[in-house]
Amino acid sequence: MEATEIKYQKYLAKDYKSENAVRWCPGCGDYAILTCLHKALAELNVDPHNTAVISGIGCSSRLPYYMNTYGFHSIHGRAAAIATGVKVANPALSVWVATGDGDSLAIGGNHFIHAVRRNVDINILLFNNKIYGLTKGQYSPTSSRGFVSKSSPYGTVEDPFHPAELCFGARGTFFARAIDVDMKTQVDVMVEAARHKGTSVVEVLQNCVIFNDGIHNKISDRNWKADNTITLRHGEKMLFGKENDKGLVLEGWNLKAVTIGEEGYTLEDVLVHDATSKDNTLQMKLALMDTTNELPVALGVIRSVEAPTYEKDYEQQIEEVQQKNPKRSFTDFLLSSSNVWEVK
Amino acid sequence: MPTNAVVTDIKQVTIRFSGDSGDGMQLSGTLFSTLSAIFGNEIATFPDFPAEIRAPQGSLHGVSGFQVRIGAKDVYNSGDKTDVLVAMNPAALKVNAPYLKKGSIVLFDTDSFQKKDMDKALFKTQDPFEELNLQDIQPIGVAITSMTKSSLEDSGLENKEMLRCKNMFALGIVCWLFNRPLEIADKLLEQKFAKRPKIVVANIKALTDGYNYGNNIHLTASTYRIEPIEATKGFYTDVNGNTATAYGLIAAAEKAGLQLFLGSYPITPATDILQELAKRKDFGVKALQMEDEIAGITSSIGAAFAGSLAATSTSGPGLALKSEALGLAVMTELPLVVIDVQRSGPSTGMPTKSEQTDLNQALYGRNGESPLVVMAAASPIDCFESAYAASKIALEHMTPVILLTDGYIANGSSAWKIPDMKEYPDINPHFVQTHFNGDAGEWKPFMRDEDTLVRYWGVPGTPSYMHRIGGLEKDLLTGVISSNPENHQRMVNIRKQKIDNIANFIPEQEVLGDPDADTLIVGWGGTHGHLLETMLRLRDNGKKVAYAHFRYISPLPANSHELLKRYKKIIVAEQNNGQFANYLNGQFADLNNICKYNKVEGQPFKVSDMVEAFTQMMEGK
Repeated sequence: MEATEIKYQKYLAKDYKSENAVRWCPGCGDYAILTCLHKALAELNVDPHNTAVISGIGCSSRLPYYMNTYGFHSIHGRAAAIATGVKVANPALSVWVATGDGDSLAIGGNHFIHAVRRNVDINILLFNNKIYGLTKGQYSPTSSRGFVSKSSPYGTVEDPFHPAELCFGARGTFFARAIDVDMKTQVDVMVEAARHKGTSVVEVLQNCVIFNDGIHNKISDRNWKADNTITLRHGEKMLFGKENDKGLVLEGWNLKAVTIGEEGYTLEDVLVHDATSKDNTLQMKLALMDTTNELPVALGVIRSVEAPTYEKDYEQQIEEVQQKNPKRSFTDFLLSSSNVWEVK
Repeated sequence: MPTNAVVTDIKQVTIRFSGDSGDGMQLSGTLFSTLSAIFGNEIATFPDFPAEIRAPQGSLHGVSGFQVRIGAKDVYNSGDKTDVLVAMNPAALKVNAPYLKKGSIVLFDTDSFQKKDMDKALFKTQDPFEELNLQDIQPIGVAITSMTKSSLEDSGLENKEMLRCKNMFALGIVCWLFNRPLEIADKLLEQKFAKRPKIVVANIKALTDGYNYGNNIHLTASTYRIEPIEATKGFYTDVNGNTATAYGLIAAAEKAGLQLFLGSYPITPATDILQELAKRKDFGVKALQMEDEIAGITSSIGAAFAGSLAATSTSGPGLALKSEALGLAVMTELPLVVIDVQRSGPSTGMPTKSEQTDLNQALYGRNGESPLVVMAAASPIDCFESAYAASKIALEHMTPVILLTDGYIANGSSAWKIPDMKEYPDINPHFVQTHFNGDAGEWKPFMRDEDTLVRYWGVPGTPSYMHRIGGLEKDLLTGVISSNPENHQRMVNIRKQKIDNIANFIPEQEVLGDPDADTLIVGWGGTHGHLLETMLRLRDNGKKVAYAHFRYISPLPANSHELLKRYKKIIVAEQNNGQFANYLNGQFADLNNICKYNKVEGQPFKVSDMVEAFTQMMEGK
């Protein structure tokens, strides 16, 4: 065989950027997510032509048009199922799903949980602005109870989904969270998501400037962010706060935010994050932390657990069956099947 | 050959095995039809079973039947009425009584015709034959249950397992009646229960004892012989429509050099396609059982985008769920084969019964101007040919193709000459690398072949052809989102013209029968066998009549209009309220001579009914 020259190519963020003009509202959080995806792909150095970005419907789902990769802007809620088909058909591709809280947790809820359950190696970027943007301001499955919107003028009388809880309920192997304004964490978790083998869910808390402006302010505003969020890193102490002097400890079955040096708490008492623990009990508690319970909202990679992926296991089954059966043409297969007789 | 028995030569016979859902009637029927095919007869089968898996024993709604028609030649359908009924209980007799021919043989199990059995079947008296007014038949009572038990008392089987073999005892008697060699049945049983040798031995023993019993006591005055046919030389197997459909897809993928992908969700009566393809990992088939019908088709659309021969299989209500995604496949112009095994509707209707009521849904069941290819398979074997042709059209013309089959042909089987794939046409997927003449730099995702208007297939993983597609209207060249009014009009026209152009790539419509007939019978789909026989019978009665059976519905074959105009009268026969007839009228405004024959019972057409009705139509009554 002729020796083939191995080409090393280093891609830049701009190589993933398409020539299409981006048409989100000025100030939309989606711009930051798009930029972060360009950067993450450059860091991963994956070929644009080996990348497929699949989306459903909604503002978030316009993202594939702005990528210089293969892209598919499909129909409402179905991106996870389409992406499953793409990945199983060609496991060599890097497959991304761009979707919103309405797209994948309402109409696409079924496909979302089943993609997660199957652990297909796709990366789901879940843009969560807790509102329907493209249909102009109705409440979404992540809007809080009592939320007033165009379709809930007197406030909703239903409870929201927490994407993390849904993901864990479907036995998800990877869950991470970031905020649109925090580009560094976003890039980091996208890179981690891509490296994870299996379905990765990355929830990006994203601001809709037109219909739900400031919904994430408590955690995204620079004045409050340090005290109201914690960025989790595997193997590191769960510390947060402007002075990095606060930490998370276990009190009974519950998490508690404490200040080191107060009430007798020392650095020793602060928990160490284990994203790889198969038991998701603590990860679930971390993912559900909320400022209303005086706990910081968790960002970063909350869960990342190795498990078999659907498409690899599927290919392996094919290999095993083919090893037991000699390669043969379709006609030969029919001739060797039962119930064959010859008319001479 | 039994001694001292009169052997009568006959041309065709219809036999129905009938009993409880758990009595193994489908197995007896399948074995009998297979061994008849191997013996050299033509066969057509009709499994007719209830939707319930196991209805209460002996009840009327739990009756499961398997009808097989065998003959020396010209077996086009499973037959209207039966010559021989095997009734394992009174309920089976009651349900099938209306379908008995005069003089037919009714073989029944006397052990299962006791008072409690009569009560379960809601008989008022203890003489079911009298009560059903069955005078002109030959009842043969055999103590099938008790004889099966004594036949197998040394088998080491448990009582329940022994009883399960009574279908083989009954089959043995039928084999004796029709001179079927048991060696073939033995072999088939060995294959069927290969992993359970004890069961093989017991089944063969029950079968043999049933045969010997018939022989020893000369159950009827004569036995019957149907001459084996002189079939075309070659290797044969028997196949049902669903398996043939699955095989057609495998064969097409092999020919196109592509991987076959099926995204599907179980639904009666289409499930066998998913199950057959799930087995075929030896061919690298990827058959995914998805979470719902929508995921079935959308995962396939994803696989089509990624470069597979993608298919999805379903039945009526499932096609309804797939309709939004079908629009996406139309809009993105991706190759996709959608198999709809029609069942009775609307809604969940009668899942195990067959109809032709999804034609309108296939043609029109989408939002927007949404043209695609619609085809219909005519017989179990034609399911193979049609699935192959559908795949070829999808891949070469970049379009979804809906292939309509139905419960009758999907479950029915016939003998099939194993095809030599060398004789089948090549399949050339419309890949951009192989079909686009310009530079990669100039290529845009919605550029098209000038003659056919087919766009090029750029598959993820291929350098230089990165692009974005989607469900939104796009610029006719660049594919960039566009809501420009003139552009939309042009795209609507192009998408329609692309499908219309396919008429140039499909065979012209053929006509059977008299060249100088005034009346043309028109049919489509799984009614072919019944319509063909109807036409032949009308000709036997001295009528001049022709018959056209359509496999291609959208687009219609290029000669369709000219052909239909030739006749004074057109009888369109279909198992719906006139969907194809109305479609033809819509396509060809000058056709004013269409008569409709419609029956929507969930049962196959009856040739005798049609001969009568068509005669009246032809005579203008």
